[in-house]
Amino acid sequence: MKKVRHASVIPGFGLSLGYASFYASLIVFIPLAALFAKAFTLTWAEFWSTVLDPQAVASYRLSLGAAFIGALINLVFGFVVAWVLVRYQFFGKRIVDALVDLPFALPTAVAGIALTTLYAPQGWIGQWLTPLGIKVAYAPLGVVVALTFIGLPFVVRTLQPVLEELEKEVEEAAASLGASRWNTFQRILLPALLPALLTGFALAFARAVGEYGSVVFISGNMPFRTEITPLLIVTKLEQYNYAGAAALAVVLLVFSFVLLLLINLLQYWASKRAGA
Amino acid sequence: MSGNVSSLSRRGAVVNEATTEPLWVRWSLIFIALVFLSLFLVIPLVAVFKEAFSRGAGVYWAAITEPDAWHAIKLTLLAAAISVPLNVVFGISAAWAITKFQFRGKQALITLIDLPFAVSPVVAGLIYVLLFGAHGWLGPWLGEHDIRIIFAVPGIVLATVFVTFPFVARELIPLMEEQGKSHEEAALTLGASGWQTFWRVTLPSIKWGLLYGIILCNARAMGEFGAVSVVSGHIRGQTNTLPLHIEILYNEYQFAAAFAAASLLAGLALVTLLVKSLLEWQHTRDRERASTN
Repeated sequence: MKKVRHASVIPGFGLSLGYASFYASLIVFIPLAALFAKAFTLTWAEFWSTVLDPQAVASYRLSLGAAFIGALINLVFGFVVAWVLVRYQFFGKRIVDALVDLPFALPTAVAGIALTTLYAPQGWIGQWLTPLGIKVAYAPLGVVVALTFIGLPFVVRTLQPVLEELEKEVEEAAASLGASRWNTFQRILLPALLPALLTGFALAFARAVGEYGSVVFISGNMPFRTEITPLLIVTKLEQYNYAGAAALAVVLLVFSFVLLLLINLLQYWASKRAGA
Repeated sequence: MSGNVSSLSRRGAVVNEATTEPLWVRWSLIFIALVFLSLFLVIPLVAVFKEAFSRGAGVYWAAITEPDAWHAIKLTLLAAAISVPLNVVFGISAAWAITKFQFRGKQALITLIDLPFAVSPVVAGLIYVLLFGAHGWLGPWLGEHDIRIIFAVPGIVLATVFVTFPFVARELIPLMEEQGKSHEEAALTLGASGWQTFWRVTLPSIKWGLLYGIILCNARAMGEFGAVSVVSGHIRGQTNTLPLHIEILYNEYQFAAAFAAASLLAGLALVTLLVKSLLEWQHTRDRERASTN
């Protein structure tokens, strides 16, 4: 430690690191540790019966399933949006580009009530879907819509810089060697974009799994059918079942950590490929 | 293919045909992208403002000036006014330590900074309830000393601080990494003190990135719902922030009033996007100017 400090003339190592570590421990580390401590006040049997309760399992299935489908929708359409924004010119492109971040800036409660009003049976969009027998609001499909909205910027924003840095020469070489455009796309572009696509997908997925605000309005919150895991945690908390809420939170956290690890591995893979 | 070539040559555009798509593909992709974004972004945004004014400007004005709404606005501003500066100070000191020095555990600190992004907002509220709630670890002690954190303003501030924790640090770390430390070292060898170096050398060079982080941090602080909902207790006129106020009105079927309050936050979101875009354009222009010099 000492040697390191002498190597630099820049002051403030102790102060900045000390303050940052102190604050991070106080706000993030200690409260999260308290959560795990609370969950493990339960015996193993109690923990597993809380975590594997049929209502909880149904909520995982909905949270993960809807988040997965939402991320998949964003993977496809986010790819198209990023491609169009980087490669083509059209009127209003700058505004469209700025608007992509709306889900980051718009409070989730606002998004929730807006989407619910639109997709309710008499809503602007809902009235066209009801005659077709498609129910969105107060049904699992509504959860998918809300989670698609929440995750929309991730694929676009991870893909954009990678697309911008792709060298046009590689595509030219492929074309001059007689590859069709579709062939070039499949063999050259798609493999180069794959790490960014997967990272964007994983980020959108991770964000959607924990989402609460936008979903509670549109889902209808029926146990076993449209109840997401974060809502079940709130329900347990309102019944003063703190340990039960903590146990479910641990499940959600472990899942997020695994995804976070996966995202880091993907980025490591991407940077290694870019370096090679 | 041949039809496409002739249409391009007619327009006289020099497009490298081999490395772009046929015109119909291009237009179809633009069309798909715009329809997708309209469906998920533009229409919901328009709906907020249309519903807000659905019963006239009078009802709108009454909804945002009634005492409960006004109190919710003030509490939202207060929570942001406390949590944003706290996270700015943290963000700067964490970025300073991480980018100017080598130390063991650096990666652990970076992971800790990212952690709140991976935590569900509901869990972010829950952890403080477990610590400070009536049945939490510190609950009995706080009760004896008559200190209220949960179902009171301090809890709301704590939850807001947690969810906005990474924003400033996340913006500053890559920026300061890229700028290196040679400017600071030059200032210090010329006799400037540490604080002088920070205020006169570092701060001017990171100001746009810092502002960018503050804008995003503020938008999230004012709009947070899940985490604040768990710790607030929903006491009208006392612990309701603007997003919670919207929820209550909506659940009471006062749709016009709910959307009126929501339109304030939607307006904030639009201003945030505008400032953010301006900062990004400023940044690209600075870069281009730097590279031409």
